[in-house]
Amino acid sequence: MRLALGMAAMSVLVAGAAPAGEIAPKDVVYDEYGAVETSLTGVPGDPANGAAVLANRGTGNCVACHASTALADVPFHGEVGPMLDGAGSRWSEAELRGLIANAKMTFDGTIMPAFYKTSGYIRPGNAFTGKAAETPELPPLLTAQEVEDVVAFLMTLKDE
Amino acid sequence: MTRANKTKGLVAAAIAALVALPVVADENAKLIVNDEIEMITEAPAPDHMENMTIIRSGWTFRTKETQALQMDDFENPGMPAVDAAMDAWNTVEGTAGKACATCHEGPESMKGVRAVYPKWNEAAGEVRTLTMQINDCRTTNMGAEEWKYIAPEMVAMEALISMQSRGMPVNVAIDGPVQATWEQGKELYYTRFGQLELSCANCHEDNYDNLIRADHLSQGHINGFPVYRLKNTRLNAVHDRFRGCIRDTRGETFSVGSPEFVALELYVASRGNGLSVEGPSVRN
Ligand code: HEC
Ligand code: HEC
Repeated sequence: MRLALGMAAMSVLVAGAAPAGEIAPKDVVYDEYGAVETSLTGVPGDPANGAAVLANRGTGNCVACHASTALADVPFHGEVGPMLDGAGSRWSEAELRGLIANAKMTFDGTIMPAFYKTSGYIRPGNAFTGKAAETPELPPLLTAQEVEDVVAFLMTLKDE
Repeated sequence: MTRANKTKGLVAAAIAALVALPVVADENAKLIVNDEIEMITEAPAPDHMENMTIIRSGWTFRTKETQALQMDDFENPGMPAVDAAMDAWNTVEGTAGKACATCHEGPESMKGVRAVYPKWNEAAGEVRTLTMQINDCRTTNMGAEEWKYIAPEMVAMEALISMQSRGMPVNVAIDGPVQATWEQGKELYYTRFGQLELSCANCHEDNYDNLIRADHLSQGHINGFPVYRLKNTRLNAVHDRFRGCIRDTRGETFSVGSPEFVALELYVASRGNGLSVEGPSVRN
């Protein structure tokens, strides 16, 4: 019984009701170019954790597709997306937030996954098990704070 | 300039030209198995492929070391399974008291078979993969138990049968009674599955030759199947690979042997029309 209640509480979390002060994935407001003005958490991003998210296979794994000179110590950078060097000069913070949350709002039909989205998928799975997802809404690939951390890191990637 | 120096200069120029023209360098990497079987590893894309001009075997994307393993059957780690399948070929099983060899003589009688599967079976009124055909022989003709769709015995038998067609161009039919299935497979190929919303085409059409993390993306052809993968040290079936690729999209896969994967197999096979049958091939 206790266990069941605990699980119910968890699934409510997963299904969307974001912690107080956080903007839930379905409530994110994109402007017509795909940018997101408002911080998802109100808490400033931590660029060091952002860098870890970019490198970590289990979370962002951004380097699967992008190379970045700032992450030269991380092995195996991909070639699917553009190099991230200078991203903080090319884009504003709001644009980067939108790009990470859902890049399809910026680049129509892009191969880049949406990292802060929970529904609208075809045959969504349970992480990398190949089995069906257990809830109609999936946990987003990154938490709200992780998105902010990634944005903070990308903002440090300035052109010389 | 002495004669020798002149020659050196010429050689250096020739090497520089090679380096500047990767296409030429690629054409030099020829897959000839056992110094005997010449494989077509690059061909014009079949007319039905709208977004590609050339097709390339997965072999051309692998490292020299991995490539070498497929060039000599004594080095090819998929061959012990073929030997086991040779035994199975001759083994009587089932209520009819027959072996494969009872109806088909030696495995050489299977020459050309791999190249045209999946194909329409008129009597059954269905598109059949080679796997389905082998199981139909086992149940209908031998009165034996089916093998599981990707059981090691099944994959080994497919390797033995594929081997008989090595070097022959894949030539799968896409029209007539198979057309609807082919269309279904094509639809699946371009569907963006899973939480990562990736289609087969996103990786193997839009990004072949690019690195995705440490993986060098190929065009995802199945002319080399069954494939011995150094990563899992066994022969792998087509549907096993499809399952893995959909799993990697954080998607719910289809089952091996499902109608969806049969359709996808037909479609993906047809994308490789013109490449040689290579199975059992070696990949990482
Ligand atoms: C599956 C591949 C893939 C993954 C994973 C991916 N991206 Fe991307 N990304 C792309 C592609 C492709 C583009 C280019 C947009 C386009 O043309 O579709 C892009 C564009 C971008 C841009 C704009 C680039 C520029 O310089 O103009 C940024 C910034 C970015 N991605 C950051 C990230 C971060 C951070 C992550 C991880 C949290 C990530 N990407 C994960 C494929 C990917
Ligand atoms: C996230 C990227 C990605 C997606 C999406 C993807 N694949 Fe793959 N696929 C790979 C990688 C990486 C490999 C291993 C390297 C290679 O051979 O390309 C691979 C290998 C293959 C191979 C083996 C090729 C060989 O020569 O042995 C086949 C066949 C294949 N994929 C088919 C598919 C099909 C069909 C789909 C869609 C259902 C698909 N892939 C979707 C990444 C992907």
